[in-house]
Amino acid sequence: MGMELYLDLLSASCRAVYIFVKKNNIPFDFQFVDLLQGHHHSKEYMEINPLKKLPSLKDGNFILSESVAILLYLCRKYSAPSHWYPPDLHMRARVDEFMAWQHTAIQLPMSKILWIKLLIPMITGEEVPAGKTKEILDEVNKNMQLFEEKFLQDKMFITGDNISLADVVALVEMMQPMAGNHNVFHNSPKLAEWRTRVELTIGSGLFLEAHERLKKLTEWDCSTLDPTVKERVSKLLQKFK
Amino acid sequence: MLVQLNQTAAGRTGLRLAKVREGCTPHWLTPQRGGALLLPLLLSGSAVIAAPAMGLELYLDLLSQPSRAVYIFAKKNGIPFELRNVELLKGQHLSKEFFPVNSLQRVPTLKDGDFVLSESVAILIYLSFKYQTADHWYPSDLQARVRIHEYLGWHADRIRGTFGVSLWTQVLAPLIGAQVPEEKVKRNRTNIDKALQHLEDKFLGHKAFLTSQQVTLADLMALEELMQVVAVGYPLFEGRPRLAAWRERVEAFLGTDLCQEAHGPIFHIVEQAANKTLPQPSPDFYPNMLLRISMIP
Repeated sequence: MGMELYLDLLSASCRAVYIFVKKNNIPFDFQFVDLLQGHHHSKEYMEINPLKKLPSLKDGNFILSESVAILLYLCRKYSAPSHWYPPDLHMRARVDEFMAWQHTAIQLPMSKILWIKLLIPMITGEEVPAGKTKEILDEVNKNMQLFEEKFLQDKMFITGDNISLADVVALVEMMQPMAGNHNVFHNSPKLAEWRTRVELTIGSGLFLEAHERLKKLTEWDCSTLDPTVKERVSKLLQKFK
Repeated sequence: MLVQLNQTAAGRTGLRLAKVREGCTPHWLTPQRGGALLLPLLLSGSAVIAAPAMGLELYLDLLSQPSRAVYIFAKKNGIPFELRNVELLKGQHLSKEFFPVNSLQRVPTLKDGDFVLSESVAILIYLSFKYQTADHWYPSDLQARVRIHEYLGWHADRIRGTFGVSLWTQVLAPLIGAQVPEEKVKRNRTNIDKALQHLEDKFLGHKAFLTSQQVTLADLMALEELMQVVAVGYPLFEGRPRLAAWRERVEAFLGTDLCQEAHGPIFHIVEQAANKTLPQPSPDFYPNMLLRISMIP
């Protein structure tokens, strides 16, 4: 069996890995772990990743989780073109810096928007209070501004003239709120340009394919959701109140 | 919703897809904040912004976990640097003076000539390459190296943010007369306990260190987060002998003197708070602190 990637493209981290392997023609077996069905909690998957998170990679006996780790592994193992993770010390440091910063500054708030705008109302039938929603949207706007001013600046891509892992990771995360009908690019023409540039460099076909499942999330029939999961989501709503 | 463009459409819209000019000069936009927080340069000679930039500068506050990781790494590896103390309690990271150094207004920050870098992980990796530190810190072996990134990914989600909360609940909120709701304190305790369980079972296991049999960047990052909680009196090593043994091994490797030096400020903070000898944050800084407190989950 070849290299296996355990993925659900609803997850931004999974999309980053998927886009990278497809773009670089890296052969792999797509192992679908359905987040909506809770398959990441299954006994089978917990043997792959006891932390129940996606994505995971299985390369022979070597099992690896965490998208940044997986991307770096794939980059080197398959000798991806150097612009993905530049050998230049300063440029590489910029990628590392962005990858570290994005956990709390981009990934987390973008995911929160999706929960607030789509998943919580869909599952509990209740809206998150407007005050809390505004707080999180303000945080996202602030961080998008920081992203533009500090990481992108006037460059084509984060490291300069070429796309790197940082751009892919950034963009897939910024796409997450789209499923909640929230566009984080509308405030800034520069960011909208960058977003299109990254999409075209990846290839629109691949980009759209990777985001298809996210796009269809609004159509999900959550009535079949396990009551314990529904309970947990209700508790999540309480935290926002 | 999703933009569908092909190359020719992009040409029509004038989007730049190909390289159009040789490099760009990064620029700092004018500071948006800082007017209300115009803080003077530090007393006693150690200025936030040094005069002529020379050699490596590390902007740190040893009260901050990632600052300590960078400090310890640099000292342990004999990396020469100028220490620039940025006092978080005084809000100096938000000052107009610090903004040109790092517009993200965070510590630690590295300044190497014109090159400025934030994020402790990025700084540690940069230092390990530039100063050719011993391989075990960030091994060249691919699998060993990505295990560190795997740990750090989980650390970013489950350790960062969680372990720093205790200092806020025990010391910093009371310092400005604020209080963190009991429900949040309890939730934080639970999150700490869960994280420690995972740390011990899923990462450490029966190995000597978190990702291998030798100390790596992962152990340094983890240790400093755990110390933050220990410093405010939470006995997190009690009932966790494997974790306690790991801590002893890491500290033995780093050296007692270096650990005492790096951990001094954070270990004294509770005592200082009790004796009321802790620097009182300026009232200008309160809104920022209150915002931070409100963000505790």
